[in-house]
Amino acid sequence: MFIINCPFCGERDQSEFKAGGEAHIERPKQPTELNDEEWAEYLFMRKNIKGIQFERWNHAHGCRKWFNMLRDTSNDEIKLIYKMGEKSPIE
Amino acid sequence: MKNKYSIFSLIKNAFSYHENWQKAWKDPAPKKEYDAVIVGGGGHGLATAYYLAKKHNMINIAVVEKNWIGGGNTGRNTTIIRSNYLWDASAGLYDHALKIWEGLSQELNYNIMFSQRGVMNLAHNLQDVRDLKRRTHANRLNGIDAYYLSTEEVKKFCPIINTSSNIRYPVLGGTLQKRAGTARHDAVAWGYARGADEMGVDIIQNCEVKGIKRNGDEVEGLETTKGFIKTKKIGVVAAGHSSVLANMAGLRLPLESKPLQALVSEPVKPIIDTVVMSNAVHAYVSQSDKGELVIGAGTDDYISYSQKGSHQIVEGTLNAILELYPIFSRMRMLRQWGGIVDICPDASPILSKTSIKGLYFNCGWGTGGFKATPGSGDLFAHTIANDEPHKLNAAFNLNRFVSGDLVDEHGAAAVAH
Amino acid sequence: MPKNLRVKSSNFIDETTRVSFKFNGKNYHGFKGDTLASALLANGIHLVGRSFKYHRPRGIMTAGSEEPNAIVQVGNDKAITEPNVRATEVEIYNGLEATSQNCWPSVNFDIGGINNLLSPFLPAGFYYKTFMWPASFWEKYEYLIRHSAGLGKSPTKPDTDIYDHKYVHCDVLVIGGGISGIMAAKTAAQNNLKTLLLDEKTEIGGTTIYQNSDNFKIENKVSSEWLTNEISSLKKLDNLEIKTRTSVAAYHGYNFLLARENLTDHLSASEKKNKVRQRLLKIRAMKVIVATGSLERPLIFNNNDRPGIMLSSAVKKYVDYYGVICGEKNVFFTNNDSAYESAISLSKKGIKVNAIVDIREKSESLIIKEAENLDIKIYWSHTVVDTHGYKKLKQISIMKLSEDAQSVIGSRINVDCDCLGVAGGWTPAVHLFTQSGGKLKFRDVDQVFVPNKYPSKQISIGSCDGDFELDKIIKNSSSSLKDFLEIDKTDYENLSVVNSKEANKKNIWLLPSDKVIGKTKPFVDYQNDATAKDIKLALREGFRSIEHVKRYTTTGMGTDQGKLGNMHALGIIADTTGVKMGELGTTTFRPPYTPLTFGTIVGRNVGEYFDIFRRTPMNDWHIENKAKFENVGQWKRAWYYPQNNESMHEAVQRESLAARASAGILDASTLGKIDIQGSDTSEFLNRVYTNAWSKLEIGKCRYGLMLNEDGMVYDDGVTTRISENHYIMTTTTGGAANVMGKLEDYLQTEWPELDVYLTSVTDHFATASVCGSNSKKILNKLIPDLNLSDENFPHMSFKEAQIGKIKCRVMRISFTGELSYEINVQANYGKSLWEQCMEAGKEFNITPYGTETMHLLRAEKGFIIVGQDTDGTMTPIDLQMDWIVSKKKYDFIGKRSLYRSDTMREDRKHLVGLATDDPKEVLEEGAQIVSELNQSPVQMLGHVTSSYFSPNLNKSIALAVVRGGKSMLGKKLFIPMESRTINVTVTDSVFLDKENERLNA
Repeated sequence: MFIINCPFCGERDQSEFKAGGEAHIERPKQPTELNDEEWAEYLFMRKNIKGIQFERWNHAHGCRKWFNMLRDTSNDEIKLIYKMGEKSPIE
Repeated sequence: MKNKYSIFSLIKNAFSYHENWQKAWKDPAPKKEYDAVIVGGGGHGLATAYYLAKKHNMINIAVVEKNWIGGGNTGRNTTIIRSNYLWDASAGLYDHALKIWEGLSQELNYNIMFSQRGVMNLAHNLQDVRDLKRRTHANRLNGIDAYYLSTEEVKKFCPIINTSSNIRYPVLGGTLQKRAGTARHDAVAWGYARGADEMGVDIIQNCEVKGIKRNGDEVEGLETTKGFIKTKKIGVVAAGHSSVLANMAGLRLPLESKPLQALVSEPVKPIIDTVVMSNAVHAYVSQSDKGELVIGAGTDDYISYSQKGSHQIVEGTLNAILELYPIFSRMRMLRQWGGIVDICPDASPILSKTSIKGLYFNCGWGTGGFKATPGSGDLFAHTIANDEPHKLNAAFNLNRFVSGDLVDEHGAAAVAH
Repeated sequence: MPKNLRVKSSNFIDETTRVSFKFNGKNYHGFKGDTLASALLANGIHLVGRSFKYHRPRGIMTAGSEEPNAIVQVGNDKAITEPNVRATEVEIYNGLEATSQNCWPSVNFDIGGINNLLSPFLPAGFYYKTFMWPASFWEKYEYLIRHSAGLGKSPTKPDTDIYDHKYVHCDVLVIGGGISGIMAAKTAAQNNLKTLLLDEKTEIGGTTIYQNSDNFKIENKVSSEWLTNEISSLKKLDNLEIKTRTSVAAYHGYNFLLARENLTDHLSASEKKNKVRQRLLKIRAMKVIVATGSLERPLIFNNNDRPGIMLSSAVKKYVDYYGVICGEKNVFFTNNDSAYESAISLSKKGIKVNAIVDIREKSESLIIKEAENLDIKIYWSHTVVDTHGYKKLKQISIMKLSEDAQSVIGSRINVDCDCLGVAGGWTPAVHLFTQSGGKLKFRDVDQVFVPNKYPSKQISIGSCDGDFELDKIIKNSSSSLKDFLEIDKTDYENLSVVNSKEANKKNIWLLPSDKVIGKTKPFVDYQNDATAKDIKLALREGFRSIEHVKRYTTTGMGTDQGKLGNMHALGIIADTTGVKMGELGTTTFRPPYTPLTFGTIVGRNVGEYFDIFRRTPMNDWHIENKAKFENVGQWKRAWYYPQNNESMHEAVQRESLAARASAGILDASTLGKIDIQGSDTSEFLNRVYTNAWSKLEIGKCRYGLMLNEDGMVYDDGVTTRISENHYIMTTTTGGAANVMGKLEDYLQTEWPELDVYLTSVTDHFATASVCGSNSKKILNKLIPDLNLSDENFPHMSFKEAQIGKIKCRVMRISFTGELSYEINVQANYGKSLWEQCMEAGKEFNITPYGTETMHLLRAEKGFIIVGQDTDGTMTPIDLQMDWIVSKKKYDFIGKRSLYRSDTMREDRKHLVGLATDDPKEVLEEGAQIVSELNQSPVQMLGHVTSSYFSPNLNKSIALAVVRGGKSMLGKKLFIPMESRTINVTVTDSVFLDKENERLNA
């Protein structure tokens, strides 16, 4: 049970949040111009990293805002949280 | 067989104080080259090696395991075995496995304690009833033993379920597969390991794969903590770590690895003689031969390789257990643990070739892979040996995510993926 | 032969208050403050239970939660009986009833004891090697195995007790109220930190609180007196809370801990009435100080399990704390100084200590001198090789150790003994530390694992950190606290401490015997009957990792989770395989530390609080009018309204006819409603729905279908444009929350440039849907000011109006195919609205109908229900709803997926209608459809999704999905049921009023 520092509400228990998977997968602007493989890549294929991963979280039972998180999936340590739309401070 | 197990060998060995039992499997150093290497020494990986040797005569093969065999999801799951899946492809796959389970103790000469005590799935709302009836009809036409039960029949088969009509999730009916049941998970890994070892397969523990070496679009071998192993065929059966292996080969898979938790109670005398699963309230329970209630919780929604999940999941599961079995309120949780499950978008597995020649993946079993162990091993061995899938696993290819021809089994597991 | 086994020296037992209890049906008494174990021992009872596998007689080994043997069934009421309770933890109360477990007919004469004789044939894992022939017999073997396994018995009636949860936040959590925990709590609280101190025992004070010996002094006082003073000053501190009988079960990441507070288990039935039994504390602590102490190790030797063989520290606690003598002929067996403490305690109370058997060559500490002065015979360099007495220890055999201590020499010396206190050194209780993710290191000098790397803001102090001697505990705890709490000083610097023990220990994991190991029974896991030879067998068979050995031999898998024997198992593996202990690793300590009652984990979330129902504002009316209810998602919805003993079928037929013939009314309040505002709303709707929204005029409604990005139908509903930039969207009842979440997701993460705001208003409005040919007349009565003409208020449009003073939004939309109006009012007027509709509709026989009739009416019209006619694998094209998929729009959610090779196939499953040959025959929903009967395997084409008897058409109707169904109109198909086959014909999916004339009737 992590503590997540919502960028809008502050530190809250993990049970208030929903995870939204890998971050920075942008929905293609022109889906019709992608072939089936490229579309499948967007739809289904994931890095599923063991280690430091960029992900999306939503304060579902709070402010309902989405934000980004940098988290070590091997030990669940949260490294960084930043707002949606902000550029990641780390590449 | 070098060391056949039976009541007679047990008695014979008692007189030499059991000093003369041989090793169930050896502990060899890796050779320089193998005809095929299976990455992952869980039940599926060991079964794959066993059938490669047994049915395809591939003896010069190895299983490499990062830790100790059977220590991942094989040794952490709630051991439910059934084949009452909705779609033809799934029913074919899981019933193939179930048929092998039925003779597996004798085949392996290792008692894997396959207990056909039946599995019930409960319906708690009208849509559940429709879905379970649909599944039962499909099962019947696919030759799988499945029956629809009324509430009274559910109660008769498992008297401790609370079937009162005025509870939050009343039991409106259920299905029963009588051939379904449970098995002893560790024994499955150990039995396959012993059988494979007997035929000459090298089982190499504490050997972590660090890289997959490619020559263009072909595999050349594996970099491991015990050195480079040359091979032209690599079968990856790494469950929660499949994506980690795929990344080594420059592939991406449609998988997310998430925590799945389970727990057991203290042992008590027999109180529940079957396996009961409930989709709607999210509870499934059986009782081990030792007497512990074995209870499966759900997955967390985030990716994690920590083998830990959050408490709210366990709490939610026990809430549901007490809704259906209020008599268990004073039972006590003895142990809880977590595993890492690799989940596909359609809740069906991948047993497939890849775009890289000689590289095969067996993954995506999500929360329900244990039941498929023998069938998965058999079909994956076929796929590796022939470089093309068996007709029973043809639908479980990687290309389905491109074409859209998914095998959507979200209704099949008592765990919301 | 009742002897007085009490010594009058205890401060902790109230000898003026007698407590009577039953054990195995016989009456006994003890005193207030006794545990069941101490009271039984005071009554001369050691034999308490039988072991799991061999059914060997077992007694009380410990005085704490690590007890492996003395576990009992408490209570015999079917609702509140409790299995596997440790006698060492049960505080006795008047009326307590406890019984031995895992024995039949009785603990004294147990048929299962035959297993002990068969034990040579039942080594570790024997069951993997046998019971395989004949194959069909496994069921029978398993029946026998299951019935001889298990320990206590589950209750068979629902629990009558209540449980509770509490969230706790603190600056500092101190786990364990022994001397170091008390030092920590006092220091933290003195420094203005909000502190919580938890201890699993009845009182804080640990083992020091009964340490009344001049051998251990602090500031010139015996240590118990010093600690008593500390406790009284501790209790005066404001920002400190102390909770006893509270066991920390789990230590999760981010300093989240679970603790069980036991509130009534020590009370009699009348005292505990109406009280919360146990409370689960969910604790978030800024800092955690682990002071969980250590557990004494047993020694592993032949027949080390007999009743009467106990931990040396337990013998001491029983005499010093409970005032109970465990034996009259006491012997201690040790590898370190701590057994001498126990021996001296007994001697000073006038109890004979026959001998101390010490595997060391010698020890020079002061405490040993004192033992020698008390005339206790010490056998240096000796070991116990065997014990005698089946149900109670009578005698032990000892022999001299060889110089390398690998074998024994000389001949057996028999020593009479009815209580053998064994002292194998101490194991730090690092369970919680490792649960939290902490990493251990192995300390070679005394063979213990101690904390090394802390994963969160925590420290371990005292003996759980590997400090076993009083002077070290005080000194190191004090300096650790200073660093950890970032303070300048503590009260405990430079205290004068007398400690007469020394930390000199000789560790032998498996003691040698004069017999070959095969003929001995050196138990490592007492409860599960796993012996050292089982471990060696596992290693011989190739099980090398500790996890393999544990699972193969079941070592550490009992209800004590190996608190006593796990270290020895590791040690024996290391010795046998020649691997160093530190390199071997440990098994994972999994939560909970001690077993945790399901009821406690669940708390109040049982029965009606398990998952709260949502009910509409009209709910009371439905109940008053005898509605039957259906659970839909979280909602209770009126299902049908039977009159005069009608069956469901009869009620639904009546409701369905009435709704078309004259007027019906449905409570539609549960539909999801999302208020959407902003200047880009029409663009937003264009992107989320498959059809075009740009041209929707103000005051108009439109049906929309929403897909998943994979092209499959996700939800549907009507959206109304209320004003220029204000829309209201409806969703399905079950899908409301998910749709809201999904739309927010796209809005915030993919399309932040859109000026759109979403608010869920499902609960804010109540909705009554009035339908039927007379609905216009009813509306006219209800809202006379509203111009209901088709010109002014056509189908698919919206008006604001007022019913009396109640503002309402009226949509002329229809899910039944009839002329119909949906009236939305602020939720708290919902019941009033409903009643006014009923009143206005009275002359038209307005008929309330439930979800079942709604389903039937819409099926007559071929309208889909998402989730019933779709299952996440249907595209709008599959549903033959091509008309709703805009070809012009550049993109919408899921569009691209409709053009994949599989989704474009012609032979996908399509939604069609089915007509049965026999018009009275109603198909079963879920039934499978085939075109050929004599195939093997049968090719299933699809299934029946919806099926009803239509009273308006006087025949059965069904919707189904069928492979290639689009091109099958008129084709004969078959539905093979268990006992017969039903013939059907594929039809159009619209059965009634294809021309939609009734909408304007």
